[in-house]
Amino acid sequence: MRYDHLITSKQLSRAAIETVLDHAAEIDDDQSAFADKHAGRLLGLLFFEPSTRTKLSFETAMKRLGGDVIDLGSVESSSVTKGESLADTIRVIEGYADALVLRHPKQGSATMASEFVDVPLVNAGDGAGHHPTQTMLDLYTIRENAGLDDLTIGIMGDLKYGRTVHSLAYALSKFDARQHFISPDSLALPREVVYDLHQEGASIREHDGLEEILPSLDVLYVTRIQRERFPDEDEYQKVAGEYQIGPDSLAAAADDLTVMHPLPRVDEIAPEIDETDHAAYFEQAHNGVPVRMALLDLLLGETDE
Amino acid sequence: MSNDNHDEEAGRNETHDHDHELRVSKIHNGTVIDHVRSGQALNVLAVLGIDGSEGEEISIGMNVPSDRFARKDIIKVEDRELSQDEVDVLTLIAPDATINIVREYEVVEKSRVDRPDSVEGVLSCSNSGCITTGDEPVTSKFDVLDDAVRCSYCETIFRENIPALIDT
Repeated sequence: MRYDHLITSKQLSRAAIETVLDHAAEIDDDQSAFADKHAGRLLGLLFFEPSTRTKLSFETAMKRLGGDVIDLGSVESSSVTKGESLADTIRVIEGYADALVLRHPKQGSATMASEFVDVPLVNAGDGAGHHPTQTMLDLYTIRENAGLDDLTIGIMGDLKYGRTVHSLAYALSKFDARQHFISPDSLALPREVVYDLHQEGASIREHDGLEEILPSLDVLYVTRIQRERFPDEDEYQKVAGEYQIGPDSLAAAADDLTVMHPLPRVDEIAPEIDETDHAAYFEQAHNGVPVRMALLDLLLGETDE
Repeated sequence: MSNDNHDEEAGRNETHDHDHELRVSKIHNGTVIDHVRSGQALNVLAVLGIDGSEGEEISIGMNVPSDRFARKDIIKVEDRELSQDEVDVLTLIAPDATINIVREYEVVEKSRVDRPDSVEGVLSCSNSGCITTGDEPVTSKFDVLDDAVRCSYCETIFRENIPALIDT
């Protein structure tokens, strides 16, 4: 199997997703077996927005496959500040690398970029759009902890601007999952995403509070509500406070509830939760490496001579 | 049904709607765009880039009585036949329109407009967060849904005020 590009989780069938997850599990079991798989190959990193874990985990993944990375560096120090278009930048870097990873603040940037290049391109976040590799590691974590069949999941926080949420919801629509979306009205899922999920026949419900559905959840996926989404500090504090998980918030939850978060967190999940069996967010972040190794291996695989 | 280029209702109601007939007269050669939603005639002309500056003869009827709608607009343009691209654009703002091609006073082709699956280069995305709004060498592309259009890049769905998106 080979994907030409990975732009959105919408493009992936259940079978394709399972291929990636199975391959990630294989790599997770014995990373050393893949240590020289892509020796001499280069991954181009084009991050037009700040990123810590996504960029580092791609770099780690490529190096653990025996390859190396070239990095566009910060936007401030690149030719982009001279007004170069993304289409030009990407066509130049394409000539240097065997595959590309792009993060860009504009929605649709990865779709557009993919029209200009022949090497595999991975979307590592396009504005409020998609973040499919985060979704893959989320799915991997869910599968390890709760399973992807007969799943009841609550997705809570900023559902409007959270690209990880959109990508995850699209992918879960391919599985037997009941999705509950919990957010303030002002940060509810975009109508576009709801439209698509209905088209996919997904089982979705929207709520403004966690309480009524918490006991039924297998997984609770928490995202950060950002201060800049609110006109003033008071409004932010009032709303954000209702969507935080404190030490007592999970009293009514099932014992085997899995709590996830794409990180970084600020105060959405109290540190006390870290020590409980519910917490899976650091494991989730660690899963970024084997999952991205699997994706890169599949993307580069067939062109490997 | 009359086969001349009166619009459908005018032909049927000839005896008691003579005044209507005079207002929107027959054309010799050209196009009649009928069943345009009330109030959209000027938008249709703007979208098609027809403004009379090339000397073409244009008749516009706005808010005229209609069987299919309570009121409709109708446009007749002499010596001009619409291309497929023009018809595609037209479908976005006048989905119920009928296009009659007239030659020598006879309607030689009469069709309801079919909405295409997508249109390229005719609309501009108004989402400021969309990659197509920057200085990129990219042609806009929209999927045409039943009651809306959707940017193929940022995936924003536009239901209202589609004429405002038209790249004129």
